[in-house]
Amino acid sequence: MYVAVKGGERAIENAHRLLAHERRGDRDVPEVTLAQISEQLALGVDRVMTEGSLYDRELAALAIKQARGDMIEAIFLVRAFRATLPRFGATEPVNTGAMQVRRRISSTFKDVPGGQILGPTFDYTHRLLDPQLAEGFVPEQPMTADASQAATPRVTDILGRDGLIESSPQADSDAAVGDLTREPLSFPADRDLRLQNLARGDEGFLLALGYSTQRGYGRNHPFAGEIRFGEVEVEFSAEDVGFAVPLGSIELTECQMVNQFKGSTTEAPCFTRGYGLAFGQSERKTMSMALVDRALRARELGEEAEAPAQDEEFVMSHSDNVQSTGFVEHLKLPHYVDFQSELGLLRKLRQEFAEANEAVEMQEAAE
Amino acid sequence: MTTIAEMPAGFADKVLSAQSTFRSVMDAMARPGSVQRVAASVGTPAGMMRGAAAIALTLFDHDTPIWLDAAMSATPDVARWLKFHASAPVVTDSAIASFALIGDAANLPALERFAFGSSEYPDRSTTLILQVDSLTQGPAFELKGPGIDGSALLQAMIKPRDLFQRLSINEALFPRGIDVVLVHDDNIVAIPRTTRLIASGV
Amino acid sequence: MNAPTYNFAYLDEQTKRMIRRAILKAIAIPGYQVPFASREMPMPYGWGTGGVQVTAAILGPDDVLKVIDQGSDDTTNAISIRKFFGKTAGVATTTSTTDATVIQTRHRIPEASLHAGQVLVYQVPIPEPLRFLEPRETETRRMHALAEYGLMHVKLYEDIARFGHIATAYAYPVKVNARYLMDPSPTPKFDNPKMDNCAALQLFGAGREKRIYAIPPYTTVVSLDFEDHPFTRYRFDAPCALCGADNSYLDEIVTDDKGGRMFVCSDTDFCEQRQAAGHHGTESAAPHKEKAHV
Repeated sequence: MYVAVKGGERAIENAHRLLAHERRGDRDVPEVTLAQISEQLALGVDRVMTEGSLYDRELAALAIKQARGDMIEAIFLVRAFRATLPRFGATEPVNTGAMQVRRRISSTFKDVPGGQILGPTFDYTHRLLDPQLAEGFVPEQPMTADASQAATPRVTDILGRDGLIESSPQADSDAAVGDLTREPLSFPADRDLRLQNLARGDEGFLLALGYSTQRGYGRNHPFAGEIRFGEVEVEFSAEDVGFAVPLGSIELTECQMVNQFKGSTTEAPCFTRGYGLAFGQSERKTMSMALVDRALRARELGEEAEAPAQDEEFVMSHSDNVQSTGFVEHLKLPHYVDFQSELGLLRKLRQEFAEANEAVEMQEAAE
Repeated sequence: MTTIAEMPAGFADKVLSAQSTFRSVMDAMARPGSVQRVAASVGTPAGMMRGAAAIALTLFDHDTPIWLDAAMSATPDVARWLKFHASAPVVTDSAIASFALIGDAANLPALERFAFGSSEYPDRSTTLILQVDSLTQGPAFELKGPGIDGSALLQAMIKPRDLFQRLSINEALFPRGIDVVLVHDDNIVAIPRTTRLIASGV
Repeated sequence: MNAPTYNFAYLDEQTKRMIRRAILKAIAIPGYQVPFASREMPMPYGWGTGGVQVTAAILGPDDVLKVIDQGSDDTTNAISIRKFFGKTAGVATTTSTTDATVIQTRHRIPEASLHAGQVLVYQVPIPEPLRFLEPRETETRRMHALAEYGLMHVKLYEDIARFGHIATAYAYPVKVNARYLMDPSPTPKFDNPKMDNCAALQLFGAGREKRIYAIPPYTTVVSLDFEDHPFTRYRFDAPCALCGADNSYLDEIVTDDKGGRMFVCSDTDFCEQRQAAGHHGTESAAPHKEKAHV
């Protein structure tokens, strides 16, 4: 006889146990440590911190280990943890102009004050698999020099001095900065919320959208004004202390795109801005973000908004990979009640279709 | 003026008191006209009834601007207590308030002074917390609307006497409108914007 | 390392207050979708995070919780959610519809009629009934503001023109309190009439889409239809093979690869209560003989 399926609880427990076993892999192979992940898979850690919206290398490394290297799963783990943390307030805005720069390039000027610094980059590596890296490779010590005392002003500030680029839109310093993790999103959304959404957004999604703008879907003629990566100080201004207290420093990547100029009969033509910022060294992410940020400014700049990357409701509603993966993967959950309902309707429609055709055939035969 | 040491206490158990008070308010809102009891023990600043104080600590925080009527702001006690226990900002513009605490309901301002929400976002409205003289005795009000099986009978001493007549603007405004929670001591009754007065006797 | 500690029912108090305020507005404006700042939960979006947040905001130590998915207490996601609240809130759990004070559900409304004082919490994937006709939130919000629901009537009418029927079998749209068009979540339309004038409070949580809505008790809920094409419930015309019920929604169980199948109650508590009361089905309602199934 038929007995309804039972034992779901034991199945779940056993599945978790098996997952833990598979995660560990061959037990004769040494276990990977969080320090190894943090040090040797650092760019993965950077991405998990950025899209997870939490600057904590150790927790991000733990998430990657727990997620068996599945980056979106790791981002999800970090986000779920972040949601439970108490909030003390918002830090002072970080000053990326005062960044201790480890890498800094501009594609708009041959040289800039403070210099171009190539830094650690894949850019000019030849993508040949390197068998030396398979095991036991000890790299040479890097070349060093004294830290430069020269200021490294942002390239967009240099352009701004001559009025060649729009001034960076200054928000009212007393106005509260939006936070889409605390307030439900409504449209149209201001740029603070858009940038927050993009910073948390999936790198692959933003990459594809940014690329689409380059191919003509909302083209905005970008130049990489500047990409910089390094350390900045974070300060917190506590209400009862009365002054900003340094909390430490974090690594950031910032990308400022210089885009297509605009002008009108009342305004002199000038370049426009697109902005990207992410934790750690996340160049692809910040460049994509800057392209999409600029595309999303279409409404504000009086451009026609017809391409996907210019459609804020489309972009912001689909950029979050924790949301996307949840809903795509929820198709794994049982749907047999609604499927049964659909099946019943389909059978009925097919039966009526067959009966109608039969009636027509009989009538034709009779004629 | 009270010092922090003299400040009336908040909830004895923040988590469970807020939960049980919320369930009373939710039940009240889901069954308009029914009398629900707030069981949680809570300190009360001068002029505030126990039910109102419990609701405040359950629903107010730094995201909810609060408007106080003249009775509630007669001394700084209520505002200070709200700031200390709920971090709730007290505002002078009733039109931006999430909640309005009315200690002297006889002098309830015109409802138009509060937020009705918009047609797109009717939830962005002010909820009135109105202290009244009784929710078990007094003139009878027969009510109908969602949450009510047929009709509900409320016996209450409510000032202003024409409260239900004033609330009839909810019918024309819907889905915009004003929701009201009536409080007497630890009894509460909710009158959401969907509730209509069928008849009132004496 | 920051070792995590969690509050009663997982959510922090600030989040609960925000959700509680949204629930009160939802009850005051039946069928209107109140936006709320949905949090990241420790289960994926789309797997009941909205329902879980609503349940976490209302649940107290005296509650008795039942969780069902597809009508059953024993589906993996129902077990997972029930365990979550058992662990974080320490509440009593039950499979009995009658004994529960709070029932969280995905895709079904229990067969046993609900009583006053109960709360039914629905998990909702897409709260906007007009979403598949108009993808833009800005547009659908305007339509709700103006109660402009012609688009839905046109869709249903086109169904009739094309198929001879309204071709919506689940998530069948309803009008609440003669004002708001509402998505009942992907319940089969068989369940729609249970929402009308129900004694229990019905709360709907959509986590990923960040919306909460409600139907207060004793509120009119009407399934959309046309005078010449009235709303009808659908149910496979067979008694349950286990308990013989002829008025419950049925799951189709495929028993072999030769067309063998049988039909059993989707509401497992309802079915078990009936069997305990001595009702039995044929255990072989299928057109083909079913194989032994253990």
